[in-house]
Amino acid sequence: MGSVQAKINDFGITFSTVNGSGSATANNTIQKAIFRMGIPVSARNIFPSNIQGMPTWYSLRVSKDGFIGRLEKDDILVAMNPETAVKDISNLNSGGLLLINQNIKIQVFRNDITVHLLPIGELLKASEVSSNLNIYLANMVYVGVLAFLIGIEIEKIENALDQHFNGKRNAIEPNIKVVKKSFDWAKTSLKKQCPFSLVPMQMTNGKIMIDGNSAGALGALYGGLQFAAWYPITPATSLAEALNDFVPNLRVDPETNKITCAVVQAEDELAAVGMVIGAGWAGLRSMTSTSGPGLCLMSEFLGLAYFTEVPMVVWDVQRVGPSTGMPTHTSQGDLSFSYFISHGDKDFVILLPGDMNECFEFGWKGLDIAEKLQTPVIILSDLELGMNIWMADPLQYPDEEIDRGKVLWEEDIENFVKEKQKEWGRYVDFDGDGIPYRTVPGNLHSKAPYFTRGTSHDPYAGYSESSEDWENNLLRIKKKFEQAKLICPKPIIEDENKELAIIAYGSSEMPVIEAITKLKGLSIGVDYLRVRSLPFSQEVENFIKKHQRLYVVENNRDGQMKQLLCVNYPDLANKLLSVAHSDGLSLSAQWIVERILNEVKPEK
Amino acid sequence: MATLTRKENTNSIGLTRNDYIGRPTTLCKGCGHTSIANMIVSACYEMNLPPEKIVKFSGIGCSSKSAAYFLERSFGFNGLHGRMPSVAEGALFADKSLIGIGISGDGDTANIGLSQFKHLVRRNVPMVYIVENNGVYGLTKGQFSATAEKGLTLKRQGENPYLPVDIALEAIAANASFVARSFAGDPKQVKELLKAAISHRGTSILDIISPCVTFNNQDFSVHSYSWVKGHEVPLHMLEFVAPRDEITLDDFERGSIKEVTMHDGSVIVFKKLEREYDPTNRTEAIKMLEEAIRKNWLITGLIYVDPDSPNIYDMYPIGENPLNRLTSKKIRPDRKSLELLNQSLM
Repeated sequence: MGSVQAKINDFGITFSTVNGSGSATANNTIQKAIFRMGIPVSARNIFPSNIQGMPTWYSLRVSKDGFIGRLEKDDILVAMNPETAVKDISNLNSGGLLLINQNIKIQVFRNDITVHLLPIGELLKASEVSSNLNIYLANMVYVGVLAFLIGIEIEKIENALDQHFNGKRNAIEPNIKVVKKSFDWAKTSLKKQCPFSLVPMQMTNGKIMIDGNSAGALGALYGGLQFAAWYPITPATSLAEALNDFVPNLRVDPETNKITCAVVQAEDELAAVGMVIGAGWAGLRSMTSTSGPGLCLMSEFLGLAYFTEVPMVVWDVQRVGPSTGMPTHTSQGDLSFSYFISHGDKDFVILLPGDMNECFEFGWKGLDIAEKLQTPVIILSDLELGMNIWMADPLQYPDEEIDRGKVLWEEDIENFVKEKQKEWGRYVDFDGDGIPYRTVPGNLHSKAPYFTRGTSHDPYAGYSESSEDWENNLLRIKKKFEQAKLICPKPIIEDENKELAIIAYGSSEMPVIEAITKLKGLSIGVDYLRVRSLPFSQEVENFIKKHQRLYVVENNRDGQMKQLLCVNYPDLANKLLSVAHSDGLSLSAQWIVERILNEVKPEK
Repeated sequence: MATLTRKENTNSIGLTRNDYIGRPTTLCKGCGHTSIANMIVSACYEMNLPPEKIVKFSGIGCSSKSAAYFLERSFGFNGLHGRMPSVAEGALFADKSLIGIGISGDGDTANIGLSQFKHLVRRNVPMVYIVENNGVYGLTKGQFSATAEKGLTLKRQGENPYLPVDIALEAIAANASFVARSFAGDPKQVKELLKAAISHRGTSILDIISPCVTFNNQDFSVHSYSWVKGHEVPLHMLEFVAPRDEITLDDFERGSIKEVTMHDGSVIVFKKLEREYDPTNRTEAIKMLEEAIRKNWLITGLIYVDPDSPNIYDMYPIGENPLNRLTSKKIRPDRKSLELLNQSLM
């Protein structure tokens, strides 16, 4: 055992539990307490599509360097689930630490790890807490033991519990009792020979902790969202629920005491997107949130919204598909579907947030872009971003005024002819940018109303089956997407004139940042571009042209971003290499590095 | 002071009937839908509604096309097959003072759109929902819809093996607050029902038999002109009296009159015919619909109404000032709120 290297502020812990046992409270408490010690910490919840009784893992990574990618193996395992214990133990690094519920009667065959049995029943009894809370409080035992072993400050645990239970003392007390009792037990019964330890740092000062779904919902509410409709679906549900939670605080007009944003739970995703299109058409900033199966149902409606030029936003918090797939596991598998969604010729703006601050920023920006371009905007998040809690900079207040786009009210219609020397028509391209002017219901000017239809129409919204009208209209709409390239979030580029480069997007950034550092350590320099929106802007093409070989890193089977790049830049296709896979887990830096090394070596 | 001098043939807001018409119809000659479109024009004209206050919604099919054939001065949204209700529901949130009129057909409502139809009804979204019911798909040339009767024989389809969906019953089962049935061949009744429907503060379902003269007007078909004429059983005669208008009952006998006061103060006056019928009694309405099925009647009139049933706006506290006119300042929370929020996340 003695040969183990001490690891300070740089290790991974997995808590293996049964879902429905209340482990979330314990796990979140540990994450928050470590965060409050100033140490960067990230955590992933690997959970089943089930309410009670199936295995759940919570993997926490402490990283003094701020790396947040998934670790392939654990340094510490807290084993509370007999069903998975054997396999979980095999995933411990050599020199690792195992804390196991002593009721789990298994033989531990590894002699390269330290094992501590947790006398959970005894410690609960000794804590003198109400026995009907036992199943929830059992998890507090490992909080206390771990606190002693790795050095989590008890005061920080108390703070975290206080925040978790909103200061309710009768909920906090029993939890803290068990934690303290277990801490004391560990202090007297276990030797503190743990190689993993926490030392307070200053790296989380001024930071916040938030999940991507809450950040996205908040972004939308600061973006002036007025109408949302949704249907429950994992992993998007908590986005809509966050809207419901925050509307009463953020979106009540103090003058009238009335809400300025309505959130409706629809009967299905068809109705959700239908309502959102109706609202967007009628001049409300509107959005829906869903995941892959819901997006499939929305596909016909999105074609209608594209063709009728209705602004609206769809959040797709991606999970593993096709079909019901793995509903509670993450993926980036909806990219090409979103890009090509609906039949016929069409284009969609896609935003790809890569962290919490972008979830917030794109939340408000998406609404601006949709209204400016009068077109649907799809925001692709995923379970990784949406349902885990991440450290982030404080959410930044929008740095641009709300832009409602080209909307004409009564006076505007009255002045229109004077200004443009031409009668207003809904689909006339007055400004040469492909973006027409629109009116919305409630505008009482007699010239304001027009008939919106999914069928072919002329520039004045009259029914037309003329070939010319059809083609001119679709070519005009296409022009809007040239504007999109200018106003959508530009790629993030780190260019040091290397020959090799990585392209990533969304949550695949997390392991990529770490992979780049690791490659540097192996004397392999790579530049980096993160795509943040589609259609691709000029910068993406320039970046590809400039580099010899580019690895496109993503969490799906087929390398969908690479495919889209090839479609857009066929002449550059031979420079692109796909580094992609999908197994329900997020990518790890280790895997990315191995894949790239395999590619790089044969060249030498 | 200038006074509005009322010209000949104008309503009280100074508009002529022509201000309410739509584009020329492209439906078949004799189509029941055209007659219904004309009655919508008349009802809105007579109710003095500003056309710009009305928003039309429709799905896909012959019926849904007809939304273009009335009220050209109104906004309209002709969307997807069976999905008109959701579009209407979202749009009407923008401005509570708008008057929604939805036009659908039996395929659009009872086949592909049954779910959205029932959920709209259940939420009691204030709008008129007209089903132009002819039992057949017209635009695709004569297939059975879900309201076609069992045994109906059509040229290319053979015999319909399924029992029909009764739109009025479906509406009542979904807790509708206004359900009426009528016949395109009885324009007077259609118009009175339309007025009552427009004045209702929830969803008003109007199931109107509107024969398809091209594909389903054979004498034996229950959606034909001749069958309806032989089997119609009106529940009552009815007349809509606008708020502030006097009720004149010259030709009604004392004791045979029933009145229902709508939420906006208008009154629907019912004159008893052969049987007693109380349109405010839901149980009686369901019984009546069941009896009609058994006896092969086409009952017409206002089958059920609950004038004070809560509507969707009672469930969402949005203000009187239309949501779509709120300024940017009203819809973006201030900086301070975000600072507090960030602190709570530290």
